[in-house]
Amino acid sequence: MREITYLEAVREALRQEMQRDEKVFLIGEDIGVYGGAFGVTLGMLDEFGPQRVIDTPISELTIAGAITGAALVGMRPVGEIMFMDFITLASEQLVNQAAKIHFMFGGKASVPCVMRTPMGSGTGAAAQHSQSLENWFVHIPGIKVVAPTTPYDAKGLLISSIRDNNPVLFLESKLLYKTKGEVPEESYSIPLGKADVKRKGKDLTIIATAIEVKRSLEAAEKLAAEGIDVEVIDPRTLKPLDEKTIIESVIKTGKVLIVHEACKTGGYGGELAAVIASSEAFDYLDAPIMRLAGRDMPIPYNRTLEMHTVPQVEDIVEAARKLVHRKV
Amino acid sequence: MGTKVPKEVKLDLATLTLMLEKMYMIRAFEEKAEELYTMGKIHGTMHLSIGMEASAVGSVFTLKPDDLILSTHRGHGHCIAKNADMRLMMAEFMGKECGYCRGRGGSMHIADVDGGNLGANGVVAGGIPVAVGVGLGLQMEKKNRVHICFFGDGATNEGAFHEALNMAAIYNLPVVFVLENNGYGMSMSIKKATKISKISDRAAGYGMPGVTVDGNDVLAVYGAVSEAVDRARSGQGPTLVENVTYRWRGHSKSDANRYRTKDEIDEWKKKDPIARLANKLVADGLLTAVQVDDVKKKAYEAINEAALYADGCAEPSLESIEEGVYAE
Repeated sequence: MREITYLEAVREALRQEMQRDEKVFLIGEDIGVYGGAFGVTLGMLDEFGPQRVIDTPISELTIAGAITGAALVGMRPVGEIMFMDFITLASEQLVNQAAKIHFMFGGKASVPCVMRTPMGSGTGAAAQHSQSLENWFVHIPGIKVVAPTTPYDAKGLLISSIRDNNPVLFLESKLLYKTKGEVPEESYSIPLGKADVKRKGKDLTIIATAIEVKRSLEAAEKLAAEGIDVEVIDPRTLKPLDEKTIIESVIKTGKVLIVHEACKTGGYGGELAAVIASSEAFDYLDAPIMRLAGRDMPIPYNRTLEMHTVPQVEDIVEAARKLVHRKV
Repeated sequence: MGTKVPKEVKLDLATLTLMLEKMYMIRAFEEKAEELYTMGKIHGTMHLSIGMEASAVGSVFTLKPDDLILSTHRGHGHCIAKNADMRLMMAEFMGKECGYCRGRGGSMHIADVDGGNLGANGVVAGGIPVAVGVGLGLQMEKKNRVHICFFGDGATNEGAFHEALNMAAIYNLPVVFVLENNGYGMSMSIKKATKISKISDRAAGYGMPGVTVDGNDVLAVYGAVSEAVDRARSGQGPTLVENVTYRWRGHSKSDANRYRTKDEIDEWKKKDPIARLANKLVADGLLTAVQVDDVKKKAYEAINEAALYADGCAEPSLESIEEGVYAE
């Protein structure tokens, strides 16, 4: 099958949905002739014109308002926030408006919109351009949170997100943009709320999100050489979470390592750990549930410091070894 | 730009009578709301617009039935002017299952989506960014619909106001921004909150027309807003209309009116917008005093009937508590 990058897969999903449904349009900062800060929408202005690829002033709150309002009158808008850090500026509209409208109006209105945003560190962009703030939104009822980690998942999940009748926060991992993978040329969708077992194994379950899925898979290969057989689960949709796939895996392996880039305190890993600990998998655990997450600190600029702020492959290998050999 | 004498408004007697009726209905609804609150039948809070009826009616009467409005926390008047069913509105106020929002929204979130009211909003300026999206949606659907976005003087010092008015202007959106300047953002006098005397002057900063009118003169409001609606409908973009008015009641139920004098309130009560229209219609020989009383009586009866209906509606069932968080 044809291989394309994660970035190209995102773009292809946008293009195919815009070709299929004239209600789909894009809105965000520098997404037109510039092609977006990371180049995701490059060429789309030429294909769809300025009515459907709308460049905005630097007004994140109103980009969020624009997708909310347009969705309210039947459109299927896709907004872009240039860096997830700037979603702080858009939060009021996403949290108080988009996420609440369906419920607050007794189900009489819906808000089918997507907000795309790149997240994560590793680019030397320091503390205000590197955050992973997914858990803020996981906490908000009424909004779905999707975080694909492969080109195949990125395309299929984005198509599902655009077709979903709820606000969806679609988190793209910056460091994955250039990774390649097999992606069908035709349109396809992957249901939201369905985890994917990225690697099958029997000794240990690693549940990872975003860039840490890639790192966990690399770690799993190294561990395999030591005779440790790791299962890697990618929830793909952080909300709603596919608890079943996770619980089944933990029942099989009895050991869990959770890996994410966001700061540990109040991070998604706490939720995953609680889901496991309060499920029937509890009786099958033969080691404490372990979390490997970003340090509780801002992302530093210096390359070495930045790298050591969030879990790297070696950190995952080491944590897995400890778990499997019951050193924790 | 600035205060101007609007063009002579010529409306037929049926329309003028309906305007009077709607204004009485708003007054009656809110007096009934207070009464029910005092009787302990109301669980939550409410924000009354008594004294501001001309702003709602004069603005909304410029719209066609399939045009839209976005309302505010002080939104009973907008909803009634937009032809809401009093029974469903009262039921929502009382938190009943048969209410517009199934009792999930209450006074602060009443929406009549089918009737073109896209909802009241609990966040000051929360609806203004949404208005940009609604405007984009209406522009794209090319059905020549327009919408009015209401907000108060307090909202004009939020960042959302700046972002959204600018964006509406650059895209020439079919929106009329109706600023209901009732003198206070909770307790903060607009005279203290800004150094300019007419907030509509800010429109110049966005390259759109701005006009300030006597918001207690329903015909002046109608004149200014209808010009703005014509502009919006003909593709010339948004206008900021400032209706200068006054709320007789406190901000909400907890307001002890410490920030203003009884004399000030009494002065404004002499400028009652309903009496003003009624007196004009009698003075012009269009209605007799008896006919005015009939209109008033009919309005109050409709509200009494609505309250009885709402009182008889069922409470939402506990089994349905989590319904509607997400759309299907």
